[in-house]
Formats: sequence, structure tokens, C-alpha cells
Amino acid sequence: MSVLSELNVGESGVLVALDLPESVQNHLMHMGFVPDALVTALRRAPAGDPTVYSVDGMEIALRRETAAAVRVRDVEDLDRGVSEVLEAAP
Amino acid sequence: MSACCETPVLKPPAEPALPGALRTVVLIGPPNSGKSTLFNRLTGLRQKVANFPGVTVEQRMGLMAGVGRSDLTLIDLPGIYSLDPFSEDARVSIDVLRGQMAGTPKPDAVLLVMDSLHLTRQLMLAAPVLALGLPTLVLLNMTDLMESRGGEIDALKLARELGAPVAQISAVKGTGIDAVPLFLHQQTDRAAAKPLTLPVVGNAASAHSWAAQVSRRTGYRAPLSIEGTRKIDNVLLHRIWGPVLFLLVVVGVFEVVFSIGQPLSDGFGEILADLGNLIRPLLPAGWIQSLLLDGAWKGISSVLVFLPQILLLFLFIGILEDSGYLSRAALIADRVMRTIGLNGKAFIPLLSAYACAVPAIMATRTIENKRDRLATILVTPFMTCSARLPVYMLLIAAFIPNTFYLHGFLGLRTLVMLGLYLAGFVAAMTTARILNSSILRANDAPFILELPQYRMPTLRSLALRLVDRARIFLRQAGTIILCVTMALWVLAHLPVIHMAGGAASTPELANSLIGRLGHFIEPAIAPLGFNWKIGIGLLSSVLAREVMVSTMGTLYGAEADTHALSLQTAMHHDMTLGGALALMIFFAFAMQCTSTMAVVKRETNSWKWPAVQFLYMLTLAWIAAFAVNHLAMAFFR
Repeated sequence: MSVLSELNVGESGVLVALDLPESVQNHLMHMGFVPDALVTALRRAPAGDPTVYSVDGMEIALRRETAAAVRVRDVEDLDRGVSEVLEAAP
Repeated sequence: MSACCETPVLKPPAEPALPGALRTVVLIGPPNSGKSTLFNRLTGLRQKVANFPGVTVEQRMGLMAGVGRSDLTLIDLPGIYSLDPFSEDARVSIDVLRGQMAGTPKPDAVLLVMDSLHLTRQLMLAAPVLALGLPTLVLLNMTDLMESRGGEIDALKLARELGAPVAQISAVKGTGIDAVPLFLHQQTDRAAAKPLTLPVVGNAASAHSWAAQVSRRTGYRAPLSIEGTRKIDNVLLHRIWGPVLFLLVVVGVFEVVFSIGQPLSDGFGEILADLGNLIRPLLPAGWIQSLLLDGAWKGISSVLVFLPQILLLFLFIGILEDSGYLSRAALIADRVMRTIGLNGKAFIPLLSAYACAVPAIMATRTIENKRDRLATILVTPFMTCSARLPVYMLLIAAFIPNTFYLHGFLGLRTLVMLGLYLAGFVAAMTTARILNSSILRANDAPFILELPQYRMPTLRSLALRLVDRARIFLRQAGTIILCVTMALWVLAHLPVIHMAGGAASTPELANSLIGRLGHFIEPAIAPLGFNWKIGIGLLSSVLAREVMVSTMGTLYGAEADTHALSLQTAMHHDMTLGGALALMIFFAFAMQCTSTMAVVKRETNSWKWPAVQFLYMLTLAWIAAFAVNHLAMAFFR
């Protein structure tokens, strides 16, 4: 178990929970950051922050402080039953 | 190949005035779904932009002339991801959809646009919209792109799943748009729409799982897509090339706006002046002619001359935004901007403000976070806009010796000019930090930036964008500026002096109302090294900064002892070096611009912020000018 900001570029994690105010949580969920979604750290901005994440076929940039509030687990633990959310991001 | 041109114009229904007839249609969709392009296509140019009452959310309305239904009004709702009432945009959308928005009729039908490249996510908005029970047409946009990239969707299955008709379109190319008039035609003699029963979607997670199920059942396969975008980003967001290209783009935009825009604006200004001279003989000589030409026309011209530069700037912003680069620029700039409490998206408005604060403040619309947007609006007028240039150039030419250092590489005049640019920049940055630690603390709304795929901007959408901005700008010039110019003219021409024999004439400027005002404020500006004539200039420049130059010209031209001198020499008679430097720094900081105040009022929807801004900037300008004047007196005596 770790947080999104700890992923290195190229690494992926499975989203567990968002430790953020409800309004922010909702916004992020509508952008694809839902529990069990596969999130990949794609690249960092030239200055090292924010980081671009790939989720649900989209690319979304988050600052480190926001990404640090997103809990993720290793991809290996991925339960096959939730693989539907990965379809959009093969 | 535009289908909107091929489509036979649908005849309005035989009896359009039926009680159950359609009148109002709403367009809704997530950001980046191509909603604006579709709106433009459906309405043609017959649209108007305003704010919804009481909120800062922009309201776009237009007649659906683009599909031959000028009898229908189309309302464009803000781009939103959900109907959760967390954001002002969503609250406005809900009110409009339920017919609870004052001044906006209850919609009779809904057009729901979704980007078929990311259908699963976009479907999350479909559930709450369809659950409202209004007749809805679902438009899957960018299907051409999706299919060419190997994506798939069964539109019929989706229609069954959603209980609403579904059409595949490409708003950019105009294909499939015929479905809209067809749908609207059917709605005219529709049976009472039955509310659709969809799974009640309480929170985002369940909405997402519903959307995922629907897209799976309808055989949706997302396109493989983003390889091209990723390859481009490998260069444009490269650790070294990224910032380098970013700077090149910035310098390039800046350079073109000045090197091409400035002569264009100058030429346009001459044309406007010539036009005024052409009209002059047509009007009866006397105060009407003077009010219309020397007052209204001159004042409006002084604002209109910025139009070419503003359009050029918006052309660039449009290209950057439509192509998808603007988001990358925001990503690159974010690290620097956040140190002063702004976010990466504030970068473009601040850059634009070097041309003019008015379009820059309009460009803050790309900042979704309201707090960051307000902070950006408040610091924008400090950036050195092109209207300050004439004033700087006049004063520098008059007071700063043309000496060179470093074997002619560095001129003193250039240094002073750069110093003034720097002063404005530092004031903006400092103000942003002050705001951040006082009235506008950074809130917990985080910076969430979507990086859309790169697209080729279309001429059509760029053109519509320019027309849109030009219209807003012209409306401003036509109303507020017109009133202020006329008022200034009246102040300069009253009281009427009755001469012997009953003839009336205008007073000497010093004795006019504005001249008396100049004298009245003289005690307040004397410590800055300004006399009453500069005071008049300052008062008149509240209209627009560059008006200062023409006011000074009129003033010194009217006086006998300075009549024969050039403006530069004449000012030398009247001012010390300290006063001149103080005047420059005053102009760097003060909010001498009615247009900016009007646009800030419009964008923040209250007079509070322009008032706060005006007083803050005036105070800062006064203190800085006072300091500069006294320092200069101490050093150069």
C-alpha cells in the first residue's frame, strides 16, 4: 500500500481511496480516479512537478500534494473481477 | 464537405405555435467533448454571450440557424463532468435543466454531447442528465477519430441501454449533424415524454461502475489513440526541450503581437482618425460636432485601435488552446506560478496582459478554480500593457538622455523602459503573494489539469472565437467607453462662457470643470512632483492610459507660452526629472483604465473587485511615485 505520488515514472498502481475533501474527490472520480482504476505515472513536468497520470484512457496532471492523498496498491493484487475498469486503458 | 451545408434546410413545422411546441433546447456535455464547436455549428454566428444572473458562469445562447431552425433557442451550458452540486457550473446547469434559472425558459429538449474517444468516463454525465426525463438526444462526437483509431461502439445498443436516441457525429467535420433537426422535428409532435428509469446513481463510484457496465454491454472499445500524442509530448514535455520550446512559443507570440500587431494597430488608428476627418464636414460646426468627433469618436477610437492586437493575440491563444498545447504550457509553468500562489493556467492570461489587460482578463476563463481565477484577474493589470507604452515613450524621450553604455550595446532609455516592465512584473508577483496570504488564501481545490490529445485547430472554430471576442470588446467600447468619453468632453467644455453680445464659447481648459478638478487634486499630487496640468492628464487617463498623451498635447497646445514648442520640450518647462520618473512609475502601478475595470466587473460579477483593485493600485502608485520623486530630488539635485 502506498500513495500515488510515490510511483516512479512508468509504474502503475490500483487506486484504493482518495483522502481528499468530498468535492475534490468527486471531481477526481469523474475524471476517472475511481477505486480499482489502474493509474500509471506517465511523466513528470520538466520542473519535476506536477506529474501526468494516465487513467481511464485520459492523461491528467496532479500536483504532488494532491497525488499524495491518493492511496494505491500494487498492480499484482489486482482482482480480476474489477478488470472492467481497465478496458479503457489497456 | 460540411454536412450542415449539404443538409436540406428543414422546413419549420406546419404549426410552430402549438402549445406543446419546442422553443428552448439545451446543449450539455463534459469539457473537451467538442461542445463549443457543435454549438457554433448549430447556431452559426447568431449567438450572444452573457453571464447567468448572479453568478460568474458564462451563458451562451443562440438561434439554431445552423440547422435551419431559427425558431429555436439553443442554450449552451458550461462544460461539466457531473451534476453534483459542488461547483457553481454544475449548480447553474441543474437550475437551467429544471427550469429554475431566472430569465431562462425551461428547456423542452436536451442535446447531450459526449466525446466517443473517452465514452466510458463521459457516460457518467449521461445518467443524471437522462434521469431528468427531458427529451434527450445523445450525440457521440468525434466518432470519425474513434473509428480511424480502431475504436468501436454499437450506437443502437447504446440507444436501447440509455432509452434515448443516439447519433454519431463529428462536430468538426459536420457529419451526422442532420440527426439534430430530425430529432427536433420529431419532438415537435412528440407524445408526452416519459421519464426514463435509470439506476439511481448516488455517488461517483457507482456512476462509474454503471458507465463501465453500459459501455461494456454496448460493445464499446476505446481507441488505441494516444500514441501520437505521447510521441509529441516526449518532445514538448521533454526535460530540456520542453521549457526551451515553451519559451520560444512565448517569445514568438509576444514578438508577433508587437511587431505585426503594433503597426496594424497604428494603421488602424490612422484610418479611424481619417474617418473622423471625413465625417467632420458633414456635421454642422459647433458643439455637436465637437462632442461627437472630439469627444465620442476620439475616445472610442483610442480604444478601438487595440482591436487588431487583441484579435492577433486571441488568434494565438485560440491556436494554442485548440491544438492542446495550452494545457502543456500550463503544466510547464505550474511549478513557477505556484510559488506566487497562482496556478499554471494563469500563465497565458498574464502573458496576454503585456498586450492588453482586457483580453487577458477574458482569457482567465480557462482557469476553472474560482479563487485562482480571481487572484489572476487582480494581478493582471500590473503587467505592462501596450497602452502604457505611448506614455512611457513620451516621458523617456523628454527626460532621459540618449546615452549608451558598454560600447553602445545598452542604452539608458532601453534600461529605463526595461525597468518599468520589471516594476510592473514585480508588483504583480508581490500582489499575488500578498493575496495568497491575506484575502485570497489558496483553497483546497487542487490543480487538476487534463491533457487533451493534440488536434489540428480548425479555421472555422478559430474564426468564430475571434468574432466572439471582438464582439465582447466592441460592446464594451460602445457602451461604457462611450459614456465616459462623453462625460469627459462635457467636463472639459463646461461651464459655457457667455461673451458680450450673447455669443457663447467654451472655457479655457484651466477654467473648465475638469481644469478645476485638476486644480482641486493638485495638493494631493504635488508631493509626487505633478502640477495641475498633469493632474488633468491623470484624470483623463482614467479612461485609458494613452489618453494622457493626447490630453497633454491639447493642454500645452492651448497655452500661449508653450504653444510653439513640441510636447516634449513643453513638458520640460513644467516638470522636474523627479516628477517625470514619478509619473512613469505612477503609470506602471495605477489602474488607469476604464475598460479593464468594466471587464473585471463583468467577469467577477460585482463592482467590489474593480473598486478594491482601483484603490489598491492607486495607493501603491501614489506611494511609489512619492518615493521615486523624493529619491530623484535627493540624487539629481
